[in-house]
Amino acid sequence: MGHTMIVKIADNIISPLGFTTERNYQAVKAGESSIQLHERHWGIPEPFMASLFKDGEIDNEFDKLRSTCKYTDFEKAIILSIDKALQQTAINPSSDRVQFILSTTKGNIYLLDNKNEGFSKERALLGVSAQYISDFFHNPNRPIVISNACISGVCAQITAMRCLQSNRCDAAIVVGCDIQSRFIVSGFQSFKALSPDQCKPFDVKRRGLNLGEAAATIIYGRKNRTDVDNNEWLVCRGAIRNDANHISGPSKTGEGSFRALRTIIQEKDIPQIAFINSHGTSTLYNDEMESIAISRAGLQSIPVNSLKGYYGHTMGAAGILESILSMQAVDDKNILATRGYETCGVSHPLILSNQNRPTDKQAFIKLLSGFGGCNAALLFKRGGLL
Amino acid sequence: MKITCSINITPNKVVVNGKELNYTERGEKLLTAIYRRQINDYPKFFKMDSLCRLGFVASELLLNGEPDRFKPREDRAVVFFNSSSSLCNDENYQKTIQDKNNYFPSPAIFVYTLPNIVTGEIAIRNKYYGETSFYVLDRLDIESMEQIINDTFQDLTTKSVLGGWLDCKDKDHFEAHLFLIKDEETSSLTNWDKIIINKIIYNKQ
Repeated sequence: MGHTMIVKIADNIISPLGFTTERNYQAVKAGESSIQLHERHWGIPEPFMASLFKDGEIDNEFDKLRSTCKYTDFEKAIILSIDKALQQTAINPSSDRVQFILSTTKGNIYLLDNKNEGFSKERALLGVSAQYISDFFHNPNRPIVISNACISGVCAQITAMRCLQSNRCDAAIVVGCDIQSRFIVSGFQSFKALSPDQCKPFDVKRRGLNLGEAAATIIYGRKNRTDVDNNEWLVCRGAIRNDANHISGPSKTGEGSFRALRTIIQEKDIPQIAFINSHGTSTLYNDEMESIAISRAGLQSIPVNSLKGYYGHTMGAAGILESILSMQAVDDKNILATRGYETCGVSHPLILSNQNRPTDKQAFIKLLSGFGGCNAALLFKRGGLL
Repeated sequence: MKITCSINITPNKVVVNGKELNYTERGEKLLTAIYRRQINDYPKFFKMDSLCRLGFVASELLLNGEPDRFKPREDRAVVFFNSSSSLCNDENYQKTIQDKNNYFPSPAIFVYTLPNIVTGEIAIRNKYYGETSFYVLDRLDIESMEQIINDTFQDLTTKSVLGGWLDCKDKDHFEAHLFLIKDEETSSLTNWDKIIINKIIYNKQ
């Protein structure tokens, strides 16, 4: 690691389980899930299980900001999350030394379905929507949107690390969000990727994923190595790698995921790692692929968990939301349970549990994979390990 | 950072390393014509959506003739930018779910409702195990592109980037400006900086 370290300054999670990081962590620790059955929802013929915000939930909270402009639910959730994260800091978001980085797969795509909401078609463009968000905070820089399928949330953090390392900004506001819609749900249904019941990551009876909604923010800054406190979080190394195999199916050898892990992990890191927070979507192929990648990377002795049983797959938010909860868990000396897991159903056995377990280690790995054959891995450490 | 080659494709023009190729076809037909005349060994092309077809033919023309072209490698990243994301194909998918009485969501169309699929298609074709990333901006901004691509080299495995602008508004309106950028200081090559990129994209001499 070099002289300049990238540190987490603040964070927030907005989800159906709560509107603060603390509330979300406590809910997950207590085993709560917001995944429910939705029937005849949005005119979709088949019922589906998903974690969705309640009607008006975002609006009620957003009204407290007393904005006079009109925003979509997607933008409101993001603005709320960033606002709550900023409240923990002295950062002025209107500074030209602050960079906004947005992670999303589909943004305002539901505007294609409901053309009468009073928004122009332009608003479905991710860059346009991002500009409305950064304008809310009077930020003068062009916002960067990363849209790399399900790995976007880790990619956005890697983009932030790079911006800070090359001294283009002093703070990077990384936010991820996706709001569910008929567009997304019907697509995953057509892929036969959705589970008819609560998802069961890595379990022998897993039958697919559940979709979810959330917005999550991490604000990153830069510090000299000598100024880092023991209890601060560092985002140390990240890598993105492709399977070069198939656009919608994971590699049978876990190629890209294995290569991403191999890039970020050195032998000496292994004893420090509390757990690997996997993608663990609960689809047959994803979980199997991750078990292969983790084994190939020689990390099968490290506990693994998945948080999809609490929130479903929150798409553009997932990488950020799951990183925040993993930091909270390590601070709490806890490895969060994999909700829905009972019996190992992958070919390369992993250390999984449906109970919270104690740890005194101070680092973790965040792992994601997505359509387009992309995979990403990120190594986090507490300052105490320096 | 140095540019080793560049390509520009618009609905009525194909320019490789500053030299215009002789095509009379326009729009969607131009991409098919390029495929048939200069590639023609990858029938999967016909399954692709417009954004992927554009990225595929542009990368083929850019990489054609590179020594050891199909040798698997991890040291090359694919980093694209646009402003339309996958909206061109999103609208096609929307048509399959718009009408309650004619509701037929198609996985073959849905898979292309992500902009980064084209980076995956290129990785598969060329056996690239390196980084693949897709960024969306509100408009073609050369400075943002230059900075983000330069930053990609912070991953020390990455020694070259196939990157640039790849935008598809609809099947007949598109714009590709791709570059092969290498992490080397060969004086005979062109600098990867905003003045040069600007010249290549807008064809200013």
